[in-house]
This record gives sequence, structure tokens and C-alpha cells, in this order.
Amino acid sequence: MEQYAAWKALIVAGEETSVWQKAYVFFYQAFIENDRWQQYLNGVGTTLLVTLLALLLGVVLGVLVAVVRTAHDQQRPGKHNPVLGFLNAIMRVYVTVIRGTPMMVQLMIMGFVIFASSRDFVTVGALTLGINSGAYTAEIIRGGLMSVDIGQMEAGRSLGLNYADTMRFIIIPQAIKAILPSLGNEFIVLLKDTSLISVIGGKELLYAARGVVSRTYEPMYPYVGTAVIYLALVMVFTWLLGIFERRLRASDRRS
Amino acid sequence: MIVVHDLKKSFEGLEVLKGVDLEVQKGECVVFIGPSGSGKSTFLRCLNLLEIPTGGQIIFDGVSMTDPKTDIDRMRQRMGMVFQHFNLFPNMTILQNLTLAPIRTGHLNRAQAEEKARELLHRVGLEDKISSYPAQLSGGQKQRVAIVRALCMDPEVMLFDEPTSALDPEMVGEVLDVMRELAKSGMTMVCVTHEMGFAREVADRVLFLDDGRILEQGTPEQIFGHPREARTQDFLRKVL
Repeated sequence: MEQYAAWKALIVAGEETSVWQKAYVFFYQAFIENDRWQQYLNGVGTTLLVTLLALLLGVVLGVLVAVVRTAHDQQRPGKHNPVLGFLNAIMRVYVTVIRGTPMMVQLMIMGFVIFASSRDFVTVGALTLGINSGAYTAEIIRGGLMSVDIGQMEAGRSLGLNYADTMRFIIIPQAIKAILPSLGNEFIVLLKDTSLISVIGGKELLYAARGVVSRTYEPMYPYVGTAVIYLALVMVFTWLLGIFERRLRASDRRS
Repeated sequence: MIVVHDLKKSFEGLEVLKGVDLEVQKGECVVFIGPSGSGKSTFLRCLNLLEIPTGGQIIFDGVSMTDPKTDIDRMRQRMGMVFQHFNLFPNMTILQNLTLAPIRTGHLNRAQAEEKARELLHRVGLEDKISSYPAQLSGGQKQRVAIVRALCMDPEVMLFDEPTSALDPEMVGEVLDVMRELAKSGMTMVCVTHEMGFAREVADRVLFLDDGRILEQGTPEQIFGHPREARTQDFLRKVL
């Protein structure tokens, strides 16, 4: 503390200081002074919370959209269910709009237009990210369902199983294996995209860093530090996903 | 048992079946032969509505299959189907492959289904594979399991869609043996095959399908011994 104050005074006075002294001062200022590390820590907590909420919402929406769209596409010709057709149209609009507009714009519309009166930026952010992620997850899941050999569906139906049972016991279990790597990737993208909610006031990690920068006028350590923290988070999740996938494959290596 | 009247099927303007009539009696084994692209497989797949016919009628045991009000799942439970590529469920053990449909459709309870699966596996000599996964089986074994899977639903009719075409030559025999047994036991069978030996030996009736129409039909002796049509003669000369 005293060391920091002394060296800081030297820098402010424009005296000659070594690289190490400067590094010490700026690092201290960015992370330790006034217990600023707590802000980053709280930011990481919010980041993880938003990621988790958005992920859950995204997967629920994604499954819903994918199942409706796949069921619609697989109807017998001449036997069209009007309710399914209507739902399918809505889902298509949803996927088109979400994939066709930037996430930042979606966040601003949600934060400043639709929920302009809300002060709960974290929930609004998680909602927006979840809705966004759902559109991508839906396409990932749909792709996975379609990647299962058509013969599997035919075999299930030829035994007299109905569509829902064939999906549940035969198609979906096989699709999950194809989906997981892409879903893991979507999860990582989502984790990083939570940094965007700082623009609507969500107090996540980047928001904390920006707060520190606005007080110290020193951008390097807060922003590089933020990048390092994101990188560490992503690496931990990549590692966990790798373990999970290997497990899944191990149970598959039966021949 | 099955009556097909003027069955037509087009795929995006391409007419594959141009009006096929067929009547299959209970206990009869009917074999379709013909050049590839003649519509044999399409015809078979229309019988249990894996393909939706564009015209004509299919009546199974007095019920119209093509009527939109017919519960197609119920009807399919009474018709077994065996595919060229087996289509076993790779995510399940052999036992699960065999018992899934009987249990889920309420045809048998779990204990009954497992007992039936065991008994049928024993009959095709694969009882030791009951806990294996499809990936651990040879092609011939897979196809025998696929036949058993269909039989677990106690079907009244069995449809065979080129069941030996994807097999290594040395495995064809074991599958044909099972089919021969099945025919002998009085099962009603409709087969599409390139195994002329099987057709000659087991079929009650052989039908030669060419360009979406039944060109000639008769007993195996008639078709293989004295084919009337030039197209049939030509085809048989090439394959025999």
C-alpha cells in the first residue's frame, strides 16, 4: 500500500520510473486498490449466472423450435396439421429475425425499448441472450435430428411405434451424440457474448472493468485482465466438455 | 389377406408404379423380381405406407390402408418389415431392440416381451448376443436380429425389402435359412429379392415387375422354366 502510494506519486509527478514500478502501480490500481478485485469477482458471478440462465432458456427454446419444425417437415403428405403449420410459421419468423439481426441491436431494443422501464438489467440481458441462443440452438438440434439415418425412423414406424415414441427412444438419443460438440461451442459463444449486456447496464465482468477504467483512466490492465479471465473461463469449460464427450464416446466404443 | 388394386406412385412427376394389382392369400409367400428401378421396393414400401401411394387402394385384412381415418400405427403393428440395411437401433442392446416395440405399443408386457425375444433369438441361433450392441454383430447376424425384431410383434405378414443385398456373400445363406424356416412355418410373406435360388425354392408365386407394372406372374416353375415375355426372358438370362 505504501509502496503503491510512493510510486504512484512518482509517476504522477512525471519522475523517472522503471517498467516494473509502472506495472506494479497500474496492476495495483486496477485490481487491488479499494478492493476492486471484488467488482471483477461479482462481475464473473453475474457473467456465469447470465450464461446459465440464457443457456437454459436457449436449450428449452431450441428443443421446442427444433421439434416443431422437424415434426412439421416430416408430416405425411396430404395430412397437414393446421396448428403445426401455424406454429412452424412463427418459429421460422423467430429464427429468421434473430439470426438476421445483430445481438447488440437485439440487446438495445430489449433493454431500451421493450423493457425500458426495467432496472433488472441482468434478467433482461439473460432473456435476450437466451432468446438469441435459442434460434441457433434450434438449428443445431434440427441438424442433429436430421443427421440420424432416415432408416431409423422407418424401422421404428414400421414396427408400429408412433412418431413421438420413435423420436424419444430412437432418434433423439442418437441425435444427442451428434449435437453435443456444436452445443458446447454454442455454450462458449454464449459465455463470451454475455459481455455485451454491459451496454444495457448489466453489471457483469466487462462492466466492472469499464467502471475501473473510468475511475483510473488506465485501460490496459482492466481490459487485458478481463480478457484473461474470459479465456480462463472458456478453457475450463472446454476442458469439462472434453471430459463429458470422451465419456459419451467411451460408452459408444463397443465393437 | 392383402388386396392391392391399381396402385400408383409418382415421385415429383416420375411415375414409378403405373397401376399394380395384387392379391396375397394367408400363408402365401410371394416374391417380386425385376430389374433395378422397376419399382419393386417402392411397391413393398407402399404396402405399409412408408411411401404414400398417389393412387389406388391397399386393403389389409379388410381395412383400407390408404384411408386417412385408418390408424396406421395399429396396422403397421400387424405387418413386419425387414430392410436392406437392417436398420437396427445402434443405441440399444439386441434385447432392447427386440422388446422396445412390443412393450411400447402394449402388445406384450416386459416379461413376456423378454421371454419372446429370448425364444426367437434362440431359434435363429443368436441367444448369446442378447446383451450385445448391433455394432458388435456381423451383417448376417444383424439381419437375423432384424427379422426377429419384426417377429416379436407377432405380425400377420412379413415384408422383406432385399434383405440380402447388403450382405457379404458368405452371410446370405444364414439369412435365407431363417426366411425359409419362416415360410415353412406358414407366415405370409411378400419379398423383394435378387436371390433367384430362394425365389425358385420357397416362393408360391413369383411376380416379374418391369417399369412399374407386373409383366408376368406364376409359379416358380412357370417363371423360371418357361417365361412367356421377352423382357422376362431377357432379365432371367442376365441374372441366372
